[in-house]
Amino acid sequence: MTSEQIQKKLAEFYKGVAIEFVAGAKNPVTQAQTGDSCLIVPADKIKDICKTLKTIDQFAFDCLSSLTAVDRPKENRFEVVYHLFSYKHKHTVVLKVFLPRDETAHVETLESLWSCANWLEREVYDLFGIKFDNHSDLRRIMLPDDWVGHPLRKDYKEQEDYHGISTTRPSLLS
Amino acid sequence: MLLNMGPQHPSTHGVIRFVVKTDGEVMSAAVPDVGYLHRSIEKIAEKATYNGFMPWTDRVDYLAAMNCNVAYAMAVEKLAGIEITRRAEYLRVIAMELNRIISHLLAVGSLGMDIGAYTPFVHALREREKVNDLIEELCGQRLTYNYARVGGVIYDMTPNWDKKVIAFMDQFEPLLNEFDRLLTGNKILHKRLGAVGVVTAEEAANYNLVGPNLRGSGVKWDLRKDMPYSVYPELDFQIPVGTGEAGKLGDCFDRYMVRIHEMRESVKILRQCFERIPAGEHQVKVPKKIRPPAGDVYVRNESTRGDLGVYLVSDGSDKAYRVKFRTGSFTAMSIIEKVSRGMMVADLIAFIASLDIVAPEIDR
Repeated sequence: MTSEQIQKKLAEFYKGVAIEFVAGAKNPVTQAQTGDSCLIVPADKIKDICKTLKTIDQFAFDCLSSLTAVDRPKENRFEVVYHLFSYKHKHTVVLKVFLPRDETAHVETLESLWSCANWLEREVYDLFGIKFDNHSDLRRIMLPDDWVGHPLRKDYKEQEDYHGISTTRPSLLS
Repeated sequence: MLLNMGPQHPSTHGVIRFVVKTDGEVMSAAVPDVGYLHRSIEKIAEKATYNGFMPWTDRVDYLAAMNCNVAYAMAVEKLAGIEITRRAEYLRVIAMELNRIISHLLAVGSLGMDIGAYTPFVHALREREKVNDLIEELCGQRLTYNYARVGGVIYDMTPNWDKKVIAFMDQFEPLLNEFDRLLTGNKILHKRLGAVGVVTAEEAANYNLVGPNLRGSGVKWDLRKDMPYSVYPELDFQIPVGTGEAGKLGDCFDRYMVRIHEMRESVKILRQCFERIPAGEHQVKVPKKIRPPAGDVYVRNESTRGDLGVYLVSDGSDKAYRVKFRTGSFTAMSIIEKVSRGMMVADLIAFIASLDIVAPEIDR
């Protein structure tokens, strides 16, 4: 199924819930689509929708291929991006959730649906500071527990020292 | 008892730490602690130009640098709408399959070493060195190849290089049989790996295990066959899967066996490639500053450790807005805590080795 068909099917299941289809990027010269299309879903419905996508046979998305986030300071939002994939039907769908860009940004965990979400969500929490509600083990994964800040945010400033060890060194050229 | 295994430990394949809760020889859990090799490659990608980032992709997985190169190049090419020549596609496939052979050689060799068989490791590394020489002749590097470019590959093969690779394969194939006699048929290996660290097919999909680890659980799935890219649809090869011959389906031995069979399949692919490779350019002309249209793309490539996903977001400028590498070792690592419950400490070593975890690939 293409993303557009999935969006139509989902709209039948979820009446009154805004599930928006966004077509992928186009080449400005040839107008051929080169980017991936995606569905934008409301943050409070993500777990519900993912459960439908996983359990109903015509979707059968048995694999969460990737879970990551993008920081968009200009639009003042975080995007959490889910790449679902089905071994059975060999189709993929990209789901996006928009969250307000502040310290309170949070979204429901998908740990109970796909176990691999546990670590993927920890990584997003570590590097973006987005919290996942009801996560069983929401700790930093890449950085030390006492690190300050979330490096993949666009406005991240590295702390100057870590336990007395400088994080920068003078240029040898100047 | 609470024990630290790592971060510096000879059998953890890199800098990884396990907090092992044991009662005598039996563990109640081994909790992995990663991040020691986090080099913020994804942040660096946002500061470098598209081709300028290529050397960094080598460092994502230093044992499968070709696949990382190509996966990143494929993502940029797909978003920018660049089509590369068929000769470049073939050169990429040749490079990737050679890379697969040496990566699997190290995987099976070090697995043997981890459980006490040192000699097979030396044999595997001897063969690996020969391929390293071949790849050095192709791209000038022995480990971090930096070979693919957006729009093709950096060098064409040197004269008579193909004959050297074929000569290598002619002597390598009988050696694989010798390796089987030395290690695969060894009774100790069967006892150490059979029915140890069993991962069922459902678990493997749920934890998103990929590549040989997934196929070891009996799932016949290979991106090269099932969602083909590049010139793989034209090539004839089999997908080996685990059979449970030494104990249970999805045990350590199945994952080991899949890698042994995959090396033979890679040799098959390489022979076909050298027969079919067309003449032509190895690079198409691309603008100096590549500016893909604003948007995002997710490209997957069957790396030696399985499905390597590159998520690339562009904002229309000459630098990537966001790059994410979804790697096989990361998800393989997350299953260890679950499978290790009730396992013997010595079996944990075999289990980690059979998953073929590479630490830099987890942390990036």
